[in-house]
Amino acid sequence: MGRSLKKGPYVEPSLVKKIEHMNNEGERQVIRTWSRRSTIVPEMVGHTLAVHNGKRFIPVYITENMVGHKLGEFAPTRTFRSHAGGRKSERTARFG
Amino acid sequence: MARIAGVDLRLDKCIEIALTDIYGIGRTRSTSILASAKVEPASRVRDLTEQEVSRIRQVIDRQGGVEGDLRKMVQMNVKRLIEIGSYRGLRHRRNLPVRGQRTHTNARTRKGPRRLAVKKKGVVRH
Repeated sequence: MGRSLKKGPYVEPSLVKKIEHMNNEGERQVIRTWSRRSTIVPEMVGHTLAVHNGKRFIPVYITENMVGHKLGEFAPTRTFRSHAGGRKSERTARFG
Repeated sequence: MARIAGVDLRLDKCIEIALTDIYGIGRTRSTSILASAKVEPASRVRDLTEQEVSRIRQVIDRQGGVEGDLRKMVQMNVKRLIEIGSYRGLRHRRNLPVRGQRTHTNARTRKGPRRLAVKKKGVVRH
């Protein structure tokens, strides 16, 4: 079930502050965040956020298409290389 | 012949059921379409008058979201997920379940027929 519209999208307050600050100053820098649960809002478009995946920070460049998704969707938390003897083992992409 | 949204409907079925042959129309939508087109749901397709068919056609055209257009829309949505590099896109790319289902067992619809792992060849000693 989706979140009530009445409340609006959830974004970590500290993150909002940093984004607003960057937008006001017109600066661009990578912000590290652990807040995977934050919704991507239009204000973030064009910035790069480093989203924690439990181990590393994955740099995510925010585009317009991503608005409405959560930050965590772009920083996979699991590592799966391949099963032993898998034929398609070369095709297995690596996670962060 | 009743041809609606590029699909031939089965003549011997009730229109309510026959409409569900169209991609994007199930029982619920079929019922509501017939209600707004003022056509009796239980009437057989072959008994429909030309006016009734064209009324149904109009309603469906107005609503959209059937057949090719719908398939295209779904494809675009999947493509978007893949392009933005989201987790859901990744699952689509790998043909794995997208909504967090288990994959230890089951998930055969997405994964397709079982591919049995080849057992390691060892020297068998008696």
